[in-house]
Amino acid sequence: MAYTVQKLKDYSPAALDKAAEKLLAALEKEAAEVKTEPDGKAFRDRWVARKNGVLTQINDLWLKAAPKDAKREVGQRVNELMGRVETRVTEVELQCRDLAILKKAREAGLDARIDEARRALELSDRLDITLPGIPRPLGAEHPVIKTMNEIVSVFRNLGYSVQEGPVIETDYYNFEALNFPPNHPARDTQDTLFIANQEATPLRERLLLRTHTSPVQIRTMEKMKPPIRIVIPGKVHRNDPPDASHSPMFHQIEGLAVDTNITFGDLKGTLDHAMKALFGSNVKTSFRPSFFPFTEPSAEMMVTCFICGGGGKRGAEPCRPCKQTGWIEILGCGMVDPNVFEFVKDKGYDPKKISGFAFGMGADRVALLKYGVDDIQLFFQGDVRFLRQFA
Amino acid sequence: MKLSPQWIRDFVELRVDDRQLAEDLTAAGIAVEGISGQGANLVYEMEIGTNRPDAMNHYGVAREASAIYDVPLKPIEPKLPKVEGDANFAIEIEDIDGCPRFTARVIRNVSIKPSPARVVQRLALLDQRPINNAVDATNYTLWEMGKPTHVFDLDLLEGGKIVVRRARDGEKLKTLDGVERKLTAEDLVVADGVKPVGLAGTMGGYDTMITEKTRNILVESAWWDPVTVRKMARRHGLHTDASHRFERGADFESTVLSCDRVSELILQSGGGQLVGGPIDVVARHIDQAPVALRMSEVHRILGEGVDANQVVRILKRLGFDLVPEPGEEFEFTVRIPSWRLDVEREIDLIEEIARLHGYDKFANTLPAYSGAVVELPEAAKDSKLRSSLLALGYNEAVSLTFISHQDAEQFSAVPVIELENPLSEEASVMRTSLVPGMLNMLAYNLNRGNDDVRLFEAGSVFQADGPNALELKRVCLGATGSAVEPGVHQPPRTLSVFDLKGDVEALLHSFQCKSVSYDAQTVDYYHPGRSARAVMDGEMVAQFGQIHPDTAARWKVKQDVFIAELYVDRLYKHGLRKVWYEALPRYPAVERDFSFIFADSVVFEGIRKSVMGLGIAELRRFVPAEIFRGGSIPAGKYSLLLRATFQSQERTLREDEIARWSAQIIKTLEGVGGTLRAS
Repeated sequence: MAYTVQKLKDYSPAALDKAAEKLLAALEKEAAEVKTEPDGKAFRDRWVARKNGVLTQINDLWLKAAPKDAKREVGQRVNELMGRVETRVTEVELQCRDLAILKKAREAGLDARIDEARRALELSDRLDITLPGIPRPLGAEHPVIKTMNEIVSVFRNLGYSVQEGPVIETDYYNFEALNFPPNHPARDTQDTLFIANQEATPLRERLLLRTHTSPVQIRTMEKMKPPIRIVIPGKVHRNDPPDASHSPMFHQIEGLAVDTNITFGDLKGTLDHAMKALFGSNVKTSFRPSFFPFTEPSAEMMVTCFICGGGGKRGAEPCRPCKQTGWIEILGCGMVDPNVFEFVKDKGYDPKKISGFAFGMGADRVALLKYGVDDIQLFFQGDVRFLRQFA
Repeated sequence: MKLSPQWIRDFVELRVDDRQLAEDLTAAGIAVEGISGQGANLVYEMEIGTNRPDAMNHYGVAREASAIYDVPLKPIEPKLPKVEGDANFAIEIEDIDGCPRFTARVIRNVSIKPSPARVVQRLALLDQRPINNAVDATNYTLWEMGKPTHVFDLDLLEGGKIVVRRARDGEKLKTLDGVERKLTAEDLVVADGVKPVGLAGTMGGYDTMITEKTRNILVESAWWDPVTVRKMARRHGLHTDASHRFERGADFESTVLSCDRVSELILQSGGGQLVGGPIDVVARHIDQAPVALRMSEVHRILGEGVDANQVVRILKRLGFDLVPEPGEEFEFTVRIPSWRLDVEREIDLIEEIARLHGYDKFANTLPAYSGAVVELPEAAKDSKLRSSLLALGYNEAVSLTFISHQDAEQFSAVPVIELENPLSEEASVMRTSLVPGMLNMLAYNLNRGNDDVRLFEAGSVFQADGPNALELKRVCLGATGSAVEPGVHQPPRTLSVFDLKGDVEALLHSFQCKSVSYDAQTVDYYHPGRSARAVMDGEMVAQFGQIHPDTAARWKVKQDVFIAELYVDRLYKHGLRKVWYEALPRYPAVERDFSFIFADSVVFEGIRKSVMGLGIAELRRFVPAEIFRGGSIPAGKYSLLLRATFQSQERTLREDEIARWSAQIIKTLEGVGGTLRAS
C-alpha cells in the first residue's frame, strides 16, 4: 500500500512528528526501490511535481488547512520536510545517472568502477576543441578614424568640446580671418583646391576646399564667447598628387583654447600632457619656432620617437620613422595671433584682454607613425587585408 | 636652400662646431633640415619660413647666431677705390608704387672672365652655376646678404638712362631664360630710353646681359613692391631667387650697400674703374613705425620666464633699437631694423624674444578652466551607428571625396560642385554619392582576390545649392562574398539581399519612429528585383540591394555586390529610440503554424498587414517560418508556413480563444488569396 498524505487530525507537536516520521519512512522506502532512470523520474514526479506531488499535498493538506495559531509550527515542519525531500530526490537522481553510466559501460564491454566508467564515457563524447571556432568577425575601426578618436578623447578629458565645420569653405574663413591677407605668399604653401566658376564672386566669399581645420576656430569663436576649449577633427584637402606620403584628402585635428590667462607655458604644458596620454608617459616634447600666419609665437612640436624610444635605432637597425634623430615632428601650434582675434573682437575676443593657443596635427600622419604604415594610400583603398589588421 | 657655415663664420666668431651651430639655429627657428659634406665643404640644407626673407642668406643667419651666442656681428664694409669722374647716367622712376627706390653704379673698362676660385667654390657649394665674374658678383651678393641685384651691359642701354615704368601693351621682352614675353600694362619693367630691359625684381633682359664683349657695366640694386613682383612673377610663370626675396620683402636700406658690394667684387676680379658715386633715387620711403613693448605684455603671453635684461640683450643683437620709456612699468619704444619687414607689432617682438630665449626653457604649465564639455548634437547618433556597423562585421573605410562627372551623373540627380583645378578628370567633382567610392573599394578588393568584403563609410556628400554648397551626411555599406564562410562546422552560404536587409533593419531599429516599411522603389543602379527602400514615418531613409548587373559590369565585378545607403541627414530627424521597460510575460505563449499556398504576386508585407489588421491584441508575433517552391507546388505559386505567437500579459490563454483567433487568421489569409494546406 503506497503512502498517501492524510489530513492532520490535530496539530500538536507529537502528531506533527508522527506524520513527518511516516512521510520520511515512505521517502526512504520508495527511494530504495529506484533502480533505473525512468524510476528516478517517476520518483521525482511523485514527490516534488508542482501538480499533486507529495510536497504540494502537504502544503495544501497540512499547512493551508492548519488553524491560525498552529500555522507557524506547521510551516516550520513543512519547510524542513521540503528541504529533506528535495535533497533526497536529487541524491536518487544522481544514483540513477551513475547506474545508467555503468550500464552503458557494461554494454560497451567495460567492467569498470563508476568513476572510471564516467571518465571513459566523457572521453568518448569529446570534440576536437583545437578546431577553429565559428568566426563571427567584428568590423575593424579605420586606423585614421581610430587615431582621431583617441586624440579627441585625450583632449575631451582636458575639458575640450568637439566642434565641426564645413569641408567647402569660403576664402574668408580659410584664409582672410586666419591672417592670410590676399596675395600673401603664405597662401602659396596651402596648395588650395578651388571650386569652379567663382570669378564673379567677391574674393572673401569664394568657395574652396578647406586646407586645414583652422576655419572652425573662427566659426566657433563667432558663436561662442570666451572662455572656450575646442578640438576639431575633420577632413581637409590640398592639391597634392597622391603618393606614398601625400594624399589630396587627409585628416586634421585642430585645438583652440582661449581665456583671460593663457600663456605660452600653458600651450606647452597642455600639449606635453596630451602627448604623454597618447604615446606613453615616457615621451618628451620639444618645441621650436615655426611660422603660421594665424599664430604668434608659432611653434612646431616634436616628441621623442615612440617607435625607437628616442635612441634613433631599433635594435641594430636605423629607426626610419624618426630618420634616426630620435625625434618626430608631430604638430604645429602657437599663441593665437592678435590679428585673428580682431576678426571676432565684437564677439568678446579683445586681444588686449584675452589670449589663447591653437594647435593642429595630421591624423593620417600620426596613424602612419603609430602603426608603422609606409604608404598613406593604404588608408583610402578599402583593402580588407589592410583594414582587418586593425580589428 | 643651402648655406655654408664657413661663410656664416665670416661675420661672427663662433666657438661651437658646425653641428652644434645647426642645432642651436634650428632651436631658434632658423631650421637646418640637413647637413652634407665635410670640413670646409660642409653645407646646411635650410628651411626658412616665408616671413623671414632676411635670414635667407649668410649674413642674416650670422646675425641670428650673434643673437643666440651674444657675440658681435661684423659689418659688411665694401672697400671701393676712389671714384673717377661722373657716371653721367639718369634713373627715372615713373612708377612710385612699384619702385620706391633704385640705386645704380657705373663701372667702366672691366674684363669679363671666370670668377676667382673662392667665389666659384662658394657658389658651387650652394649648387649655383658660375657664369662670369660680373654675374657671379650679383649672385654672391645675393647669397651673402640677401639682396638681389642685376648687372647690365651699359653699352647696350639706349638713351643714357633707366626708366622704371609700366610696360606698354604689346611691348616685348626676351628674358634671360631665352623666353620672348609679351608684356601688358600690368607688368612693371626696368627700361632704358627705348625698350624694356628687365622684368622688375624678377628677371633681367637677354639683350642687355653681360657677355664676353661687355666692357662697361651698370649695377642695379632696387627695392620692389612685394605684391607687384608677386603678381607679375605668377603671371609669367616665373619664380626666381630674386622674386622669392622681393615678394617677401627685401631690405630697403641695403640698396647702396649691395650695389657697392657687387661693384667691389667686380672690380676685384675684372679690374676697371668705378665711375661716379652711387646713383640713389628714393621715390618714396618705406616707413617702419616704432613699436611699443611692455614687459607686462611679454609676461601675459609668455609667462614669467624672461626678464627685462634678457629682452634688451636679445633684441639688440638682432638689430632692434630699444629706448626705455620713463615710468615704473618696464616699457620700451623699439625701432625696427629695415631688414625686418615682418616685425610690425608688439606680438612680433614677443615672438623674437621667445624664440631666442629658447622655447624649451619656458616651464610647462596647465591652465585652469571652468567650462564644461559640450557634446555635438549628433555625436550620440553617429557613435551608435558606427558601433552597430562595427558589431555587424563591417570594416570602416574612407575613400576620396572626389568623383568623375560620369559617376556623379549615374549615381545622383543633384547639381554638382566642380573643382577649378582638379587633380584629374576622374576627380573633378565633389562626390554626390558614396556609392561610386564604395564600388571602387569593393572592386579593388575583388581584383586582389579578397572575395569576402564588408565595408562601410560614413561621410559627407556635396551638392550645389544656388551659390552655396550643401554637405549632407551619408552612410554607405558595401558587401560581397560569403555570409557564412566555408568551414568544418557549418555549410557555406553566400550573402543575399536579406543579409543586407537584416543589417539595415538593425541599424534603423536604433531610431525612434512610428513605422518603418519597405518597398521596391529603388533607383536604377540597383537590381530592380533585388533591392528595396526603407521608409520611416513616410520618408525614405535608406535604400539597398544588389547592384544592377550593368553597373556591376562597369566596375568589372563578377560576383554579386550589395550596397546600402543610409540617408543619415533624414534618419537623424528621428531621435535615438527611447527605451521604456515592458513587464516580462508571466503567462505562457502559444504558437500556431499555418501552411498556405499563395500566388507569387502575393507578398509577405501584404499578408502581414492584413493579419495585423485584425487587431488581435494577444497576437505578439507573426512571422514567415518556411518558404517552398517547386515539387508539388504549381508554377507561379509558393508554399508559405506562417507562425503566429499568442500571449497575454494578464492570464493564461484558453484553447477556445486560440481556436477562434486561428480561424480569423485563416479566413483573412484566404481573403488575400491563400489556400490553406494544413494548420
